[in-house]
Amino acid sequence: MHTTVMMAALTKALKPILGRHLGNTAKGQIIPPPAKYGGRHTVALIPGDGIGPELLNHVRELFRFSCVPVDFEVVHVNSSSTSEDDINNAIMAIRRNGVALKGNIETNHTMPPNHKSRNNLLRTSLDLFANMMHCQSLPGVQTRHKNIDIIIIRENTEGEYSSLEHESVPGVVESLKIITRNNSLRIADYAFKLAREKGRRRVTAVHKANIMKLADGLFLQCCKEVASGYPDIEFDSMIVDNTTMQLVSKPQQFDVMLMPNLYGNVVSNVCAGLVGGPGLVPGANYGRDYAVFETATRNTGKSIANRNIANPTAMLLASCLMLDHLKLHDYANMIRGAILTTMNETRLHTADIGGQGTTSEVVQSIMRIIQSGGPLTTEI
Amino acid sequence: LADVSHVMGAIKTQSPLPRTFSRGMVQDPSHFDVLVMPNLYGDILSDLCAGLIGGLGVTPSGNIGANGVAIFESVHGTAPDIAGKDLANPTALLLSAVMMLRHMGLHGHAKKIETACFDTIRDEKVLTKDLGGNAKCSEFTADICRRVQDMD
Repeated sequence: MHTTVMMAALTKALKPILGRHLGNTAKGQIIPPPAKYGGRHTVALIPGDGIGPELLNHVRELFRFSCVPVDFEVVHVNSSSTSEDDINNAIMAIRRNGVALKGNIETNHTMPPNHKSRNNLLRTSLDLFANMMHCQSLPGVQTRHKNIDIIIIRENTEGEYSSLEHESVPGVVESLKIITRNNSLRIADYAFKLAREKGRRRVTAVHKANIMKLADGLFLQCCKEVASGYPDIEFDSMIVDNTTMQLVSKPQQFDVMLMPNLYGNVVSNVCAGLVGGPGLVPGANYGRDYAVFETATRNTGKSIANRNIANPTAMLLASCLMLDHLKLHDYANMIRGAILTTMNETRLHTADIGGQGTTSEVVQSIMRIIQSGGPLTTEI
Repeated sequence: LADVSHVMGAIKTQSPLPRTFSRGMVQDPSHFDVLVMPNLYGDILSDLCAGLIGGLGVTPSGNIGANGVAIFESVHGTAPDIAGKDLANPTALLLSAVMMLRHMGLHGHAKKIETACFDTIRDEKVLTKDLGGNAKCSEFTADICRRVQDMD
């Protein structure tokens, strides 16, 4: 905590001197400058637990091989420690660099209730209000449903994840679900802007406002208000239970989906399952000033850790999303193309998608494809 | 849940997160046997599973209270557009009635009706419109009744 206070004091002191260079907005808020020096970006890297460290090592290996101008500042977070120092260091590193790539930090359920989820702390401290997941059917992967192309926008900071629970009477727990007008308008606006940017035609709000009349009712109301400002985009809403039923029977009907935190968790996992599983889908968390990239379904994968069987696709695609965010589109497209080409090889599929390939075989194949594509690379 | 499973002993229990259920359910539902959960997750997952087996038109349900008080119901809508036209699929309500018979201890009758119903659907000769056929509700029911009679 003291480092945060120090940084705030330092920034305040430097502001009159470097005010212009620190990029003041009209409201006098400071936009952090990009962590870029000599053409190279610095990105915070949080290995996390389970399969995170090995997958992120593969990302670094691939980036080194492809000469991507990104350096990583590695920050370890010990999930079994009760002290919040580790996670605060990680948050500070992300504030410094603006962008992070992370593995999931395990949330131990046996810890006392006041021990907050590290991942949640990270998201709320950095106000990463939008979780974006793009679920697309991959050509090389066999699934029951085909031609799925859904963007899921999930409110990332409030809702059922407010961690506000109390037990006033033994055996009776009350859990608070927080929905605010501010955050609902904000996430709805993000969804519609993204839909417009990507040329999508319809946004569907997912809710349970028939039961949670005030909470989800407010969310839905905010979505409708924002929708009226985007007449070019169709807006409809669907109750969450019907949504999951429709997703497993006719997922092609969905375009962009917008929802509060918990439904986002469930729906994004259903969609990940529909396109082939947690090993394939990348996710992104965006705030006003920061962006953190990870696998969409945020799995630790403890049981498959360090056995060279985890599917690296999700994490590698997440690193491509990160490269796009850093405007390194050429590198992003090159790596993404190599990943998709590798996906077409059934013998390279890892166990989670029905194959027997190893993680390193997949990564080697991607590197070979990149090398054959012609750009400057290091030796394999 | 942990306390009760300790008492029940022989039955294996697991407690994954709801997101793990939803994903696992979509990828390989055969992993799951009996699921118990609080209200909201139950609402979401029961509809999800209904979608996996063919929709609300074929899904039975029961609401069990204390002292054996129970209400069995189909959970699809009232379908006002096809009401009174002998077009509806009675499977959901019929299987809910089968659940009711089991609850009342009438297992023999329950088994007979359930088997007849499944056989009719499996046969694919007399199906209502939502299941891909063009038979009337009464024809579908008559076929089930015929099978029950043949069993005796």
